[in-house]
Amino acid sequence: MPRPRHTLKNAHQEMQLIRVRSWVAALAVLVLIGVLASRLVYLQVMQHDVYITRSEKNRVRVEPLPPTRGLIFDRRGELLAENRPTYNLTLVRERADDLDATLELLAELLELPEKEIEAFRQRSRQRQRPYQPALLMSDLDARQIARLAVNRYRLPGVEVEGQLLRYYPDPEIMSHALGFVGRINTDELERLDSGNYAGTHFIGKTGVERFYEDALHGKAGLRKIETNARGRVLRELERSDPVPGQDLTLTLDKRMQQLAVDLLGGRRGSIVAIEPATGDILAMVSTPGFDSNQFVTGISVANYRELQDDIDLPLFNRATRGHYPPGSTIKPFMAIAGLSEGRITPRTTIRDPGYYQLPNDSRRYRNWLRWGHGRVDLERALEVSNNTYFYSLAHELGIDGISRQLRRFGFGERVAEDIYGESPGLLPSREWKRGRFDMPWYPGETLSAGIGQGYWQITPLQLASATALLANRGHRVPPHLAARVGDKEVRMDRTKIEPDIELADAGWWQDVIDGMEAVLSGREGTARRSGQGLKYRMAGKSGTAQVFSLGKDEKYNAEELAERLRDHALFMAFAPVEDPQIAVAVIVENAGGGSSHAAHLARAMTDKWLLDFKHLPRLQRAGNDNTSVTTQKTPGGVEG
Amino acid sequence: MAGRRSLWDRLSLDPWLMLMLLLLLAGGLVVLYSASGQRMATVIAQTSRLGVALAAMGIIAQLTPRTLMRWTPLVYGLTLAMLVAVEIMGDIGMGAQRWLVIPGLMRFQPSELMKLAMPMMVATYLARRHLPPSFADLGVCALIMAAPVILIARQPDLGTALLVACAGMFVVLLAGLTWRFILFLGVLIGGALPLLWFTMHNYQRQRVLTFLHPESDPLGAGWNIIQSTTALGSGGIWGKGWLQGTQSQLEFLPERHTDFIVAVLGEEFGLFGMLLVLCLYLLIVMRGLWLANQAQDSFGRLLAGSIILTFFIYVFVNVGMVSGILPVVGVPLPLVSYGGTSSVTLLAGFGILMAIYAHHRRRSSR
Repeated sequence: MPRPRHTLKNAHQEMQLIRVRSWVAALAVLVLIGVLASRLVYLQVMQHDVYITRSEKNRVRVEPLPPTRGLIFDRRGELLAENRPTYNLTLVRERADDLDATLELLAELLELPEKEIEAFRQRSRQRQRPYQPALLMSDLDARQIARLAVNRYRLPGVEVEGQLLRYYPDPEIMSHALGFVGRINTDELERLDSGNYAGTHFIGKTGVERFYEDALHGKAGLRKIETNARGRVLRELERSDPVPGQDLTLTLDKRMQQLAVDLLGGRRGSIVAIEPATGDILAMVSTPGFDSNQFVTGISVANYRELQDDIDLPLFNRATRGHYPPGSTIKPFMAIAGLSEGRITPRTTIRDPGYYQLPNDSRRYRNWLRWGHGRVDLERALEVSNNTYFYSLAHELGIDGISRQLRRFGFGERVAEDIYGESPGLLPSREWKRGRFDMPWYPGETLSAGIGQGYWQITPLQLASATALLANRGHRVPPHLAARVGDKEVRMDRTKIEPDIELADAGWWQDVIDGMEAVLSGREGTARRSGQGLKYRMAGKSGTAQVFSLGKDEKYNAEELAERLRDHALFMAFAPVEDPQIAVAVIVENAGGGSSHAAHLARAMTDKWLLDFKHLPRLQRAGNDNTSVTTQKTPGGVEG
Repeated sequence: MAGRRSLWDRLSLDPWLMLMLLLLLAGGLVVLYSASGQRMATVIAQTSRLGVALAAMGIIAQLTPRTLMRWTPLVYGLTLAMLVAVEIMGDIGMGAQRWLVIPGLMRFQPSELMKLAMPMMVATYLARRHLPPSFADLGVCALIMAAPVILIARQPDLGTALLVACAGMFVVLLAGLTWRFILFLGVLIGGALPLLWFTMHNYQRQRVLTFLHPESDPLGAGWNIIQSTTALGSGGIWGKGWLQGTQSQLEFLPERHTDFIVAVLGEEFGLFGMLLVLCLYLLIVMRGLWLANQAQDSFGRLLAGSIILTFFIYVFVNVGMVSGILPVVGVPLPLVSYGGTSSVTLLAGFGILMAIYAHHRRRSSR
């Protein structure tokens, strides 16, 4: 309401006006104080529980204490896997006075190439919360650490943090047997016990590292710590120490591994050696190998691609997953099958014209010697690796008899106790073919199966295991890689093992083994050249696995075939015959005939173990009877 | 002839207001000790600053309203000139141009002085007019206010600019601006808010956005709000005890001894402590308003009223910001937050208030 102007100042009226305004202001002040008070009541009374939890979470942090991973030793205590301290470079951005200058100085001190500096800058930008260190670089070398230490005062916010990293001293010879650890990936994160793995960055990916992950890893500890907003630890409220992972002692002998790798000499192949009495795997090699250390910190894409695209498949574990037709190495087992089923006796003979014909069938199934071996008994059939004898035996057994009997040697099944990713191979059978191809079994296929060709797929490990079973005369001891976990012996659970293979006449075992001994020592033995100068009795069997099938009556000429189409050479052997201490399976891919190329490798393995390392007692086993600390018994007549 | 004049009278100090101010200052030092991470040096520094500020208050209290009024145009003009000087050659610090450096002497923030110069100028002008002010009077007032506010806003220091504007507005409001006009002004400001958005700096926009959604940036700007509400909320009714606040003692609270000191108070002394302090502020404001109304003339009433209401706005904005109902603007908690300049200005304001009141009483009691 407009008032008249140009009148005298009315002091009283003005006083009244201002007084009213003051009252209004006082009222407003009261209202606003009320607003603040009710907000405070809301926060401090009604929402108190929410905020007290939040403030508790703010200051108390539970920090996992990762356990140190167990070490891995070979049977003689040689270190195969250790933990090496490495150093990482981290940066807390908020503490760096001038981030750009700091990064520049770091790049200069560490002599980083331009490309890395950019990656470096990128990593320095990522973080989860304030005052959280960002990882700039891992695995610093001593020189870099020293340079950083000297310049520490110029680098606020920069820290060098230690971390234990898995390290394999002999990756090339141990890579497949040991496996390796790598960074935990998202899949693993989901199935892992998040509590126990909270502070752990690495997990066993393959091999022993994977199979014994639980024991090697240990139990994580934790500590409750009070931190300030910068994440600095002010005090420890509670602590439970981690339980370090257990050390693992393997049955492997590093020297045997080395020998096997040397023998294979860069060719594609595999050697597995087992101590029959104990099932200890003495050597398990697949070549070519790779540098497992690359996988620990995370292999570069380029390096990984190179390994993956390598035509020699270095990442492929041939010993446990390689599939090969057993070829003639199957013959001793076929012999046991025939004896067991009563189809033959050691004295059964056949006449070999160079081929075998099924009744009422014109097709000729050929012996490898075109003109035949003449009259052949069991021992000679094994010595000369006569096909006709085993065609006939296969026909007698039928495919059902073959698959039933050979399964008992572990073919078509996983044989080892503690090997990660072992393949069961393939034991052909009527049911399998029906399921796989929906086709009936043909009699001709039985003959192929009888000499280890056709559908057969075995792994070197299976062959070595079956050989050990043969050496043990039917006594089953499953192969295994671990001798001790921590201080505890690894015990085979005998109740889970199928009963030993029993023959009507226990002497038949020896009859088959005699035939195998003749392979190396006999006048006609297919591996007699490899058997020259033997200082102990050795039994073996050569084998040739066809990579592709020859057409009917087609002549085989290795020179004309591309190297990779050549036959695989196989050999299985054990020694000494009377007290087997080592059973070996050798497979050399595309090497041609088994006798010539694989047998001397097996011989070299047994020679080394029995002659050079024979003074060594067997691995001590607490609780077992240790009377079998053996010395080599030299068989009479081979002295010299 | 009234009887014997008390010491307070002779010093022109109001005993009630003094008592409450000293209580507040003492309590503030206790909280500051905790908020500074128990650094005695900080408390001693603050105590000596408060000593200077109290001395300034005492000296100013001796002036008469007439003197104040006479000096007002000069003070206002000089301050405005300094703001212009800041604009031209001011010292740049922390991304803002707020300081004037007097070589060899001090760094000086003219906008702080304007908090007093502004209401003085507006009150001086209006006191010579008929109240309520005419439309033309309001136009002059708007001009008096606009120049410094724009200059301060350009520094940029939006918080101080708004508070300086408030100080001037309170004078006009007390002078009897018609309710209809107040309503019109309210609508105008409400409508201008979106426009304000476009004149704001990015960091200021960010503050507003963060205020609306603190959880959207929990590690950046939202951190302050989340941490301060957590501190307050976890304090509960009785608080965690002096020096026992985990949020503040473990440095989760940012700026805990300056703008966010209320969070320390609320965490360690709880709702009880907060209400105690709010009561103290309320009593100071009420006493201030009462004193203002005892003034001898319109100039005194307008100036004193504006000073005390501005003081309250500080309290409201600061507590509102820390408790998360207002955006974060850099406003300290009056007389409790660490810092010299604001304490000097505030206590100087109380000096003016007491001068106005004491003069009235002395004259009327003669």
